[in-house]
Amino acid sequence: MISQRKTVTAWLLLTPMIVIILGVSGYPLIKTIYYSLTGAKLIAPDLTSVWVGLDNYVRALSSGKFLEAIWHTTYFAVISVGAEMVIGVLVALLLNEAFAGRTVLRAMLILPLALPTVVNAMMWRLVYNPDFGALNALLVQIGMLDAYRSWLGDPASALDMVILADVWKNFPLVALIALAALQTVPKDLYEAATLDGAGVWNRFWRITLPAIMGPLSVALVLRTIEAFKVFDIIYVMTRGGPASSTKTVSFYVYQEAFAYMRVGSGASYALIVVLISSCLIAGYMYLIRKQGEV
Amino acid sequence: MNIKNIVTGAVAMGVLAASGAAHADVTLNALFMAQAAYSEENIRDMTAQFEAANPGIKVNAELVPYEALHDKIVLSQSANGYDVVLYDVVWPAEFAQYQLLEDVSSRIDDKTRAGVLDGAWTTVKYDGAFYGMPWIADTKFLFYNTEMLKEAGFDAPPATWEELKTQAKAIKDKGIVEYPLVWSWSQSEAAICDYTTILSGMGGQFLDADGKPAFNSGGGLDALEYMVSTLDDGLTNPNSREYLEEDVRRVFSSGQAAFALNWGYMYNLANDPAESQVAGNVGIAPAPGTDGVSKASAVNGSMGLGIPTKSDHKEEAWKYIEFLTSEKVQDKFAKLSLPVWEASYSNPDVIKGQEPFVEAAKTSLAVMAPRPTMASYQEASAALQEALQNAMLGASTPKEALDEAAETISDMQ
Repeated sequence: MISQRKTVTAWLLLTPMIVIILGVSGYPLIKTIYYSLTGAKLIAPDLTSVWVGLDNYVRALSSGKFLEAIWHTTYFAVISVGAEMVIGVLVALLLNEAFAGRTVLRAMLILPLALPTVVNAMMWRLVYNPDFGALNALLVQIGMLDAYRSWLGDPASALDMVILADVWKNFPLVALIALAALQTVPKDLYEAATLDGAGVWNRFWRITLPAIMGPLSVALVLRTIEAFKVFDIIYVMTRGGPASSTKTVSFYVYQEAFAYMRVGSGASYALIVVLISSCLIAGYMYLIRKQGEV
Repeated sequence: MNIKNIVTGAVAMGVLAASGAAHADVTLNALFMAQAAYSEENIRDMTAQFEAANPGIKVNAELVPYEALHDKIVLSQSANGYDVVLYDVVWPAEFAQYQLLEDVSSRIDDKTRAGVLDGAWTTVKYDGAFYGMPWIADTKFLFYNTEMLKEAGFDAPPATWEELKTQAKAIKDKGIVEYPLVWSWSQSEAAICDYTTILSGMGGQFLDADGKPAFNSGGGLDALEYMVSTLDDGLTNPNSREYLEEDVRRVFSSGQAAFALNWGYMYNLANDPAESQVAGNVGIAPAPGTDGVSKASAVNGSMGLGIPTKSDHKEEAWKYIEFLTSEKVQDKFAKLSLPVWEASYSNPDVIKGQEPFVEAAKTSLAVMAPRPTMASYQEASAALQEALQNAMLGASTPKEALDEAAETISDMQ
């Protein structure tokens, strides 16, 4: 009896939160699912929403350009997150050592992270500028490049260049999380391992990495989800060009829904992206849980 | 204090508040572009003059890049965002279909109708109705560096596209400049404007009489092949493929190009020593034509000011538009954007100091070719932009690229 009353009270207390969650994410989600099954136009979504069933999805999955955008996004996510993890951990290891100037370096690590993405994108566009960019100047002066070249105007290099800009901005997040985790690793473990004859490499793989794996997985999940929905840096740096070689799936959805005003098919594209992200998240959750059990 | 005083006080305050509301300033939200034509400073000055002449109306002017303009206008519909918007000549078909802009035909008097250039009116007219006032009458001109031409032995700018190539080659061969030509060929509307200019000069058509894509043969194909050939021959700066208008201005103004295709606003900026290293050596001519086909080429790059249907301050908005588009204001700010009024072109105050610009404009504005009028213009343009890029980057031949775009656009219709 008492427990039942407690349950009722608990639900009552939760009601406002449930209403808010349903209001701000439940309703839009259902509306999006509904639109994705119609041919709705942005200007008058309710007037133009003719039921088309799964047509939008069929068209999306058979559209070469959409699949190409998914491929660009996957490439972006894998390379940028991979690089951020490796560089982040290396930098954390360095900053975990005691040396003069460590505090200054640790403080400087925050700077890229503190920049708004749009500012970062504008800045890198200047760095890559084909006529007076710093990257061209550097490479020509040290003799690695014969003449100034166009970095963002060449489909072969544009996406990689955007990735570099993204990595520069986001590796500090991984580094900070890894650094925090590193400080919880007991020093005596290393001493014992050294006595047992374990080298640097062995100590890293057997002690350091397992110890920071938990927090690192969180960083991995966060960064992957972020990378998968990348939009702003693309919008500012290349607007999907050249020859659509940097068009990621978020940019594609944006164009479909807001520039061409087809909310219906835009919604179906967006939901396909959500589905892919959900699979990724589920995979990571599984991995993290499995580690918890070990 | 007794009850009566409190009540009297409350009533008095209520009356004060009500009368205050009646005299409250109206704030207009206006959307402009920061890319070509009028500068931000011009727009702020005009607006300050309007506010001074119309106490009670405040204008909150927002400037965005051209690339963001269309989406902002469309998206602000649901948010009731703007009272005055600047829009491109290619959008009225779409805006009219979805009733985004107010039909202002009844507000335009006969004197205005007769006074404004016919070419400018096409900017705001769709299906017989007027969706605003033309404000910017603009097209792409051929700019040239007079000193470089002289050095290469030419005393006049090219009259045909072929001659442009010949002159550019001579300039390159003499080592005067590495890449004589510069254009705005990034994956953007700017590239479509350059392409349309050349297409029109080569006698091409976007759509045939039945409204089917026709740019993949004849002059349309010739135009893209021409563009690609100037890249292959090393005459065009390869970075053109990532340039917008301001990049073209920067490259030309720093003396790294002999020829540039750009909007009229570049004339006075490239001749301004504070903005340019080639000031005093800037020539302007109508974009060239083709032997036996055309004398000059031009694209209709005009823009108009309209009132979104959702605006709550349509009267005040119209006042602001009337002010900005008035002959007096346009004549005063005629350095970066020429007026839409016919009489302005014989007004000494407008012509003074920029005679070559006005002279070129007279020829060019008369032959402006339209970009296709279709409700799904944005999408058609995106398909074409991609085709141009694919051909210019060598990913496909011009014919293949245009055929693919034509197919995409047919599917859209």
